[in-house]
Amino acid sequence: MKTLNIKADRKNLHRVLAFIDRELFNAGCRMKTKIQIDIAAEELFTNIAAYAYEDGPGDVYIDIDINGDPASAEITFSDSGKPFDPFSNEDPDITLNAEERSVGGLGVYMVKKTMDEVHYEYSDGMNHTTIRKMI
Amino acid sequence: MLNITKTRDGKKLLVALEGRLDTNTAPELEESLSDELDDITELVIDLKDLEYISSAGLRVLLACQKKMMKQGKMTVCNPNDVITEIFEVTGFSEILDIK
Repeated sequence: MKTLNIKADRKNLHRVLAFIDRELFNAGCRMKTKIQIDIAAEELFTNIAAYAYEDGPGDVYIDIDINGDPASAEITFSDSGKPFDPFSNEDPDITLNAEERSVGGLGVYMVKKTMDEVHYEYSDGMNHTTIRKMI
Repeated sequence: MLNITKTRDGKKLLVALEGRLDTNTAPELEESLSDELDDITELVIDLKDLEYISSAGLRVLLACQKKMMKQGKMTVCNPNDVITEIFEVTGFSEILDIK
């Protein structure tokens, strides 16, 4: 398992994705899957950057573990900000027409739809948000 | 990184995107188009060289779609496999005119 400790600032997004991409590349991940995982990671990281900490960017720990046969990538974002389960919100209504649509909640909805498994838990004073995807 | 190439032909505007439309680059597209659309009746957004889109990018496409519905039409063309799938899972394939 590899871990990156970084400030929850959306300007750090490219560093987060570079860290994840390096591990996926080393594991021989397909390009399409890599992009899907990057998008999911962006949605979760930018959510933490936007909402977790009120007094400036706090720490985020990003763990990536590639295991199993067939191999899966499991990525966990941990922060000590406000307790928040990103998967608890109701899914957006994707059948509305363009006029009625908003993009609230769409990012997390994309994560749920494109990853094989998502999981949230609050423990030891931290949010732990995990995604898993077969690579 | 996002490259935006705009080609204007009368009231038609072609916008070709290359690279990544993410949380950091979506504001660049929004700003690039903000003054440009006022007298446009046909907007074509070419995604041939766009490799990545997140919800921040979808937000800008939706805003353009809403604006263009009032004053003309908008077409999105040549999305790659990943982006096509994103459009499908989010229902954007129903609200955008995708070629």
